[in-house]
Amino acid sequence: MYKDTVIDKKLVHQPKFIGVFFGVWFVTFFVFDLGGSIFGQFLAPVIGDPATSGLYGRFVVAFVLGFFLTLNIFAIGFLPTQRQSLVVWIELAICFVGGFHIFNLSLEFIQSKIWFLISRGLFTTIYVSVISIIFAFIVAMIGAIAKLSGNGFAMGIANFYTSLLRALPLLLLLFLVYLGLPQTGYVIDAVPAGILALTLNYGAYMTEVFRGGIESIPPGQWEAARSLGFTFGPTMRRVILPQAIPIIIPPTGNMFISMLKDSSLVSVIGVWELMFMARTLGQKTFQHMEMLITVAMVYWVLTIVLEIFQRRLEKHYSTVKETKE
Amino acid sequence: MNKISTSRIDSLKNDTLTRDSAGLTAKDSPNNLIIKMINVNKWYGPLHVLKDINLEVAQSEKIVVCGPSGSGKSTLIRCLNRLEAHQKGEIFVDGIELHDHMENVDIIRRDVGMVFQQFNLFPHLTVIENIIAAPVWVRKIPRSEAYETAIELLERVKIPEQANKYPSQLSGGQQQRVAIARSLAMQPKIMLFDEPTSALDPEMISEVLDVMIELAESGMTMICVTHEMGFAREVANRVVFMDEGQIIEQNDPGEFFDNPQSPRTKLFLDQIIAH
Ligand SMILES: Nc1ncnc2c1ncn2[C@@H]1O[C@H](COP(=O)(O)OP(=O)(O)OP(=O)(O)O)[C@@H](O)[C@H]1O
Ligand SMILES: [Mg+2]
Repeated sequence: MYKDTVIDKKLVHQPKFIGVFFGVWFVTFFVFDLGGSIFGQFLAPVIGDPATSGLYGRFVVAFVLGFFLTLNIFAIGFLPTQRQSLVVWIELAICFVGGFHIFNLSLEFIQSKIWFLISRGLFTTIYVSVISIIFAFIVAMIGAIAKLSGNGFAMGIANFYTSLLRALPLLLLLFLVYLGLPQTGYVIDAVPAGILALTLNYGAYMTEVFRGGIESIPPGQWEAARSLGFTFGPTMRRVILPQAIPIIIPPTGNMFISMLKDSSLVSVIGVWELMFMARTLGQKTFQHMEMLITVAMVYWVLTIVLEIFQRRLEKHYSTVKETKE
Repeated sequence: MNKISTSRIDSLKNDTLTRDSAGLTAKDSPNNLIIKMINVNKWYGPLHVLKDINLEVAQSEKIVVCGPSGSGKSTLIRCLNRLEAHQKGEIFVDGIELHDHMENVDIIRRDVGMVFQQFNLFPHLTVIENIIAAPVWVRKIPRSEAYETAIELLERVKIPEQANKYPSQLSGGQQQRVAIARSLAMQPKIMLFDEPTSALDPEMISEVLDVMIELAESGMTMICVTHEMGFAREVANRVVFMDEGQIIEQNDPGEFFDNPQSPRTKLFLDQIIAH
């Protein structure tokens, strides 16, 4: 993307903006009386008992919060852009995680279960997703090439496949595979059924992504290859796909992140993955929130790791054309 | 493949080439023909882009095709390696007829090299890999052998030092010379050029034309769509003028430029000289 070469006057350092920003937050905090919250307790030495401090307490809390918020963005304004974005991200994460305290989570309970949850659930989630994305990649590659092959049979099969499989909700497909296949004589375990359903479903979506990627290669590349005597197959393999794959990889990373979460659907057929753990581990003691939030955090961390990985991949493929010397 | 020649345009002005070219057209016998187009017609939907084209090209002949934009020049030469299909008439290339049901169009394409206006190099391959791609993957020549030939070709197009760069790191003129080398690596019998210098900055045009002149000297059969009239005068045995899908006039370059027959040709020549 184009990066601006001229630095704007910093908004967060303009008195007018600072004034308005402070005003808005001050009024907001004042209206939604925060005296009863953790902030009121912090300020107890100044305002006395938050419950009885009345308008004065409300005013002080709103003022102090507004002041620190404004000071915060004012200070962040001095950082270089990359740092700014990182600091803001971390602050938001702290606020978000800090917000969990309203659920009164039992940390001991989480600690007692987390190892089991990760060793069983996380492993299954990753394992199901990785295998499914690999198969889906292969299916999609075949589907996309079939659609572009100019062969009527191949095109017909591929079009039928994407049309049907993109129409079926994943959950429905999962039940069809898990409950339907045994009736035809093939008894299938929950994990392979899940992998099959995820593969078919994602393969159909990715077929379209891959087709788009392949079609985005300029026709001149086809013409050059064909006029050198390459037939369809070698043109695809040697000329078109090596150029299309770098275009296809980033959206595949995206698909994988999405699959990681859709793999939670296989918990309904009893696969012991993350979501299954989340629903069952807390059941006995009614500590649902503990496990749900823990699993949410695990998914989040996983996604962050994948995002970093995906960014690396994108960077790798965008710089791969530099000199080989 | 013929010996590398370093001669430039000036050296070509002496009589060897002109004598040669004049001789060729005269002594052509039909069995020397390498391309034959008989009443070829082509439509894009309702648009009639080639109208009753008749053209014969002898071995080693150099033809320059010119004409106004949209007259069908590209279409004509793209029909010769069947990048485009014609709908009526017959085209023979090296004794093989091109038609909808041909057994193996790739056999023709291996023998007919094509150079495009936009170079169309493979951006994911280095210069040397671009050149050995077709010999290795199409002709199945051992890599080391293809590599040696490729180095020779790069010397021939005068950029041996760029072998390991990627196309995007080269100037337009260098890219086009790589494209020529890539076609030559298949040892084609015929080379087709579709406005090879039109996308180039003026100072790069001559480096590409030099390579093409050298190629012409080596005896290659060449059909060039180009508006480089200097090149046409120096190298062509025949200039073919097209307008609205028809061949209006064809003649040897001297006659064509100094004594055009058709008023349309005159108009066209006036326009490009006025530029
Ligand atoms: N793929 C296509 N589909 C429809 N019409 C086309 C197509 N390719 C070319 N044409 C039309 O056919 C006619 C001849 O095109 P062609 O490219 O052969 O002209 P040209 O003489 O090479 O022109 P230029 O000097 O601009 O390259 C033009 O009117 C063009 O619009
Ligand atoms: Mg053209």
